[in-house]
Amino acid sequence: MDFNSDENGAPRGSHETTLADLPPGSVAVVVSVDASEPIGRRLLDLGFVPRTEVRVVRRAPLGDPLEYELRSTRLCLRRTEAARIRVLPR
Amino acid sequence: MSAGEATLPATPVRAAALRIGLVGSPNSGKTTLFNALTGLRAKVGNYPGVTVERREGQARVAEQRVIVVDLPGTYSLDPVSPDEEVVSRVLAGELAERPDALVMVADATSLERSLLVLGQVLRRSLPTCLVLTMTDELHARGGKLDVPHLERALGIPVRSVVGHRGIGMGAVRELLADPARWERPPIPPPESAADRAGWVDSILASVFESRPQRHALTDAIDRVVLHPLAGSLLFALVMVSFFQLIFAWATPAMDAIDAGVGASAGAIRAALPAGLLADFLADGVIAGVGAVVIFLPQIVLLFALLYLLEDVGYMARAAFVVDRLMGRVGLEGRAFVSLLSSYACAVPGIMATRTIPSPRNRLITILVSPLMTCSARLPVYALLIGAFVPASSVWGPLGLQGLVLLGLYLLGTLAALVVAALLKRTVLRGESLPFYMELPSYRWPPLKLVASQVWGSASAFLRRAGSIILAVSMLLWVLLSFPRVEPQAGMDRQQQARFALEHSLAGRAGQALEPVIAPLGFDWKIGVGLLASLAAREVIVATLAQIYAAADEDTSLRAAVRADVDPRSGKKVFSPATVASLLVFFVFALQCMSTLAIMRRETGTWRWPAFAFGYLLALAYTASFVTYRVVGSLGGGV
Repeated sequence: MDFNSDENGAPRGSHETTLADLPPGSVAVVVSVDASEPIGRRLLDLGFVPRTEVRVVRRAPLGDPLEYELRSTRLCLRRTEAARIRVLPR
Repeated sequence: MSAGEATLPATPVRAAALRIGLVGSPNSGKTTLFNALTGLRAKVGNYPGVTVERREGQARVAEQRVIVVDLPGTYSLDPVSPDEEVVSRVLAGELAERPDALVMVADATSLERSLLVLGQVLRRSLPTCLVLTMTDELHARGGKLDVPHLERALGIPVRSVVGHRGIGMGAVRELLADPARWERPPIPPPESAADRAGWVDSILASVFESRPQRHALTDAIDRVVLHPLAGSLLFALVMVSFFQLIFAWATPAMDAIDAGVGASAGAIRAALPAGLLADFLADGVIAGVGAVVIFLPQIVLLFALLYLLEDVGYMARAAFVVDRLMGRVGLEGRAFVSLLSSYACAVPGIMATRTIPSPRNRLITILVSPLMTCSARLPVYALLIGAFVPASSVWGPLGLQGLVLLGLYLLGTLAALVVAALLKRTVLRGESLPFYMELPSYRWPPLKLVASQVWGSASAFLRRAGSIILAVSMLLWVLLSFPRVEPQAGMDRQQQARFALEHSLAGRAGQALEPVIAPLGFDWKIGVGLLASLAAREVIVATLAQIYAAADEDTSLRAAVRADVDPRSGKKVFSPATVASLLVFFVFALQCMSTLAIMRRETGTWRWPAFAFGYLLALAYTASFVTYRVVGSLGGGV
């Protein structure tokens, strides 16, 4: 399955960014996850699968990690892990 | 169930007993369900070859003996941590007897997350049922779930419970009696994570009559608790009070235990004729038991606070707040709590590393925790600082003695961080686990759950570390008491004690050790003290008191060490350089058999305690040597 294909109406790749680069309060839809390593596979198992809506809740007081809300749970990820998740901002 | 039945061993298993595994993510209410099923009679052990805790218990199910196995919490069956590997291997029947059936425990308020794992579990083709917990909270948040519909959609039995109130437990027990009759899904859920998420979405779309509202209270609390400024201040406040409570509340109980140990030793001496047996019982056995029990107040308090904060939901927030700092040295937020606990005592601190999922980070935290200045160093610091550092004021209420004490704390903490960073880049280099952590909704935990967790930790300490501590205490007593020498005429009781110590194996060892420790500025008397302090750091104070035949440890021992002159050189034994060197030695050296014993228990091998002892001794020796030279060259040698 080609996760980079466009299913959300926006031109492919035009606004795509990573979850690490989104400011708190923004909402985005997962496009793809780099699943080449166990870390990536775990992100998928945690629910960061394509077409999942993710909300950036806040940064930690020192800037890292970040809190996200997806699939009715709050999860925090460090910036380095969040950078593995490509998203399309809403 | 009668008391007789309660003492039946959970393993080995009788042929007729059913084994049922509990699977679920962390925070799913799995432990509460386990306790409700087994009535707190868990048998705790380890899986072979790994240090993951194994908990089993018998469930009260009519006519059928059921053994419930509480598997570690997991977010996925594709393992990345040792805990998760255990779950995966147990389900495959590789690590222990394969369960006959599985109960998937799911928090009804975050069903999506649990169903992602359930999708993997159902692919293991074991009879499986789903138990929904926290259904009271689901209703309170306006959520309504069509359970019969969920059963049909998943193709497995589903029951809902409020575990800590026992609601719905009857139906679960009834179900557990006969897993062979459980319905099985006609086709397994899809394998890939993306397809599995689609499967979950399609099920959830139809089973909710109304979705639960957001947990408004959690949102509101988090706005304060995770606020950049307020959150940081609150974090500091919680950690300081946490540390202070362990110190302040444990002290009366520890003093009472100390007094009790002294009284029992006195009673034994009064009841038995003076001699070897009385000495052995009083100074070997009772003192050894005391050395074990003395840790209980701190362990119980620490774990009570730790589990309370964890179960309420604050611990994950604390880790979130402090993660960046710990990340600098290659650790993670969850290591902070453990290191902080080690300021009170490394034993509970090391036990608290169990919350760290990455085995490498956990090991690093264990290895550096003895560098955090524990309360057992305080008597030693108090003696040396009190005797040799002038009580002059530096700035307002800030005195020189206090500054030296603060400096020793900072030196240890700094060393812990540096060593952690070094270990991460050398011995324990490698790919680290992804850092991810769920921030659970705040909820008030059933106190019975907290109590059972505290009891589990305390009893594990008594059983595993207690035996080692007791054995080493007795060995040390032998070294300090043999060979027996006849006291010479005209000696008083204290002179006799000093004479006996001088000729004991430990005394001779101290004298043999002198050439090795002389470069640090230590004589044989300090050597005996150091050997005795291998049992526990504060023992050096009592040993020096014995050597200097001092009646009162606080005043006359200070005077005696201040006045002691080396007969060979005519110089003071405790020169400023020696005192500084000895203080620095205590900052680094791992003189605590309890810490070694608990390291052995938590890492499953003697290799890591041996490594910790070795590197800390090398560090202590080097640092003391440098300190002695530097202070000596500054004119502190006499």
